[in-house]
Amino acid sequence: MNTHTEWAVEADGLVKTFGSNRAVDGVDLRVATGTVYGVLGPNGAGKTTTISMLATLLRPDAGSARIFGHDVQREAQVVRQLIGVTGQYASVDEGLSATENLVLFSRLLGLGRREAKIKANDLLEEFGLTEAASRPLKKFSGGMRRRLDLAASLISQPPLIFLDEPTTGLDPRTRAQMWETIRRLVAGGSTVLLTTQYLDEADQLADRIAVIDRGRVVAEGTGDELKAQVGSSSLELRLGEPQLAQRALGIAERVLGVAGTTSAEAARITVPLSDPERVTDLLIELRGEGIRLEEFSVHKPSLDDVFLSITGKPTEDAETPEGAHA
Amino acid sequence: MSTTTAPRSRTHNASGGTIVPAHERTLRNRVSLGESIRHSLTMAYRGLLKIRRTPEQLFDVTLQPIIFTVMFTYIFGGAISGDVASYLPVIIPGILVQTVITTSVVTGTQLREDMDQGVFDRFRSLPIARIAPLSGALLADTVRYAIATTLTFVMGFIMGYRPHGGIWSVIGAALLVIVCAWAISWIFAFFGVIARSASSVQGISMIILFPLTFLSNAFVPVDTMPTWLQWFVNINPVSHLVTSVRDVLNTGAFTSEAFLPLIGAAVIVAIFAPLTVRAYMRRA
Repeated sequence: MNTHTEWAVEADGLVKTFGSNRAVDGVDLRVATGTVYGVLGPNGAGKTTTISMLATLLRPDAGSARIFGHDVQREAQVVRQLIGVTGQYASVDEGLSATENLVLFSRLLGLGRREAKIKANDLLEEFGLTEAASRPLKKFSGGMRRRLDLAASLISQPPLIFLDEPTTGLDPRTRAQMWETIRRLVAGGSTVLLTTQYLDEADQLADRIAVIDRGRVVAEGTGDELKAQVGSSSLELRLGEPQLAQRALGIAERVLGVAGTTSAEAARITVPLSDPERVTDLLIELRGEGIRLEEFSVHKPSLDDVFLSITGKPTEDAETPEGAHA
Repeated sequence: MSTTTAPRSRTHNASGGTIVPAHERTLRNRVSLGESIRHSLTMAYRGLLKIRRTPEQLFDVTLQPIIFTVMFTYIFGGAISGDVASYLPVIIPGILVQTVITTSVVTGTQLREDMDQGVFDRFRSLPIARIAPLSGALLADTVRYAIATTLTFVMGFIMGYRPHGGIWSVIGAALLVIVCAWAISWIFAFFGVIARSASSVQGISMIILFPLTFLSNAFVPVDTMPTWLQWFVNINPVSHLVTSVRDVLNTGAFTSEAFLPLIGAAVIVAIFAPLTVRAYMRRA
């Protein structure tokens, strides 16, 4: 496609400070037009703050950002004509019905009374909300709210859509529906920038992923590139005698070829696992050394593991949402 | 692909259809005055929808004029003017101004509550006039002032008040009070934007409002007050508004004095509207 600006988003050295807290501390991003870009990070990493600056909701303290070549500060109003923002918390009017919300936003975006009505009905139908159209929003489920919120972001059919944690708190089925919707958006030519706490989600949806921690991008690449850094999964062993942890770790490193870590109470060790075949070797080796196992499990890589391998320390307050104990 | 530029021309299949690429769109970095007014009116429509959904929030503007008008008239009427009937031309304009201005405080508290909602983030992300979410809310609140005004006049009428100026003077006075209250509500809207919580807005506003409405000529003749107080009462803008409303109602004449409050109102809007919008834009 012949695009004038290849980049939907260009951010250079974005900084935002709240008091003494540098929420965003020099973030650079490049999002190509027509792609899905995932920003992955734990709570408080600066994801929402970054999006707020890109969406003209917050003024950066330093650095600059352009949306399709338009500066977010100097041409804020132009940028607003090119973006749709769906927040972490449904940002529709709680006091109005679904239809009233969509009509309101349509009218604000320049549609006539009749057009707005048609638009609202179309969107409600598309997002499966027709039956709930006149119900008070207080009676909406989390998934319905997100859908309405997303519908409201799509009224002007913006070429760039920001989705701030679109599936946090949704049940698996609703999450799958949301993923489907996001894929549909991209098929229509939109560029999507989404934030998430789930590696799995970023991996499923995003063409490229930036891992963000304490306001900085600590890793960037495709999902495969990131996972290559982490190992596809990890092996977790709980030992009968914690004092043998260091020895077990040594054996694991010898057999699997990578360094593992021990947990604080040292009864548990975690090792990246690139080749499941080798687990058998390790288990035999451990038994030969007389190291008794209480429990063993295989972990799919979580955000925690990504952080562990990239930053060398676990996330401070990361919930492990996909607690994938095998 | 067609060369349509305005998003409105594609009404169907919002999320599945082809998106007009950024560089094919007509984009403007300014909002015209006409658009600002249209956005404000749409926002006012939102305010009206909310009032219709939760009519209980109109309790204060319905009960206060009824209770206060009856209470003040019968308590002070005999003492101040000799009897209730001759107090009515004094108290009705006074209580009208006091009630409607007090009502305008609610604008600030409601704005604060409203702004705590996520929807304001969406408003700020839309290519609309920055002032619209605020001016719309303030505009919708004129409905509240109209209700309070109507009820005060109705109570006055029931108690026997017959303005000299006739129905046109009543309408004129009502408009004067509503326009001034709308202007004053920008002050409380400013508090609403900068304050942390709705209750603190209420607190600050009442501290300002109480002396302003009571240290005026709204309820008692100024010459009964000590000289130092008369000085304040005479410069108090609320006194001027009350005097104007009385003149209009009781003589039926729009004198130049009647336009003084309108000039004051314009000044307040000129100062507080930009201040409020700026504070609103700055807030995260």
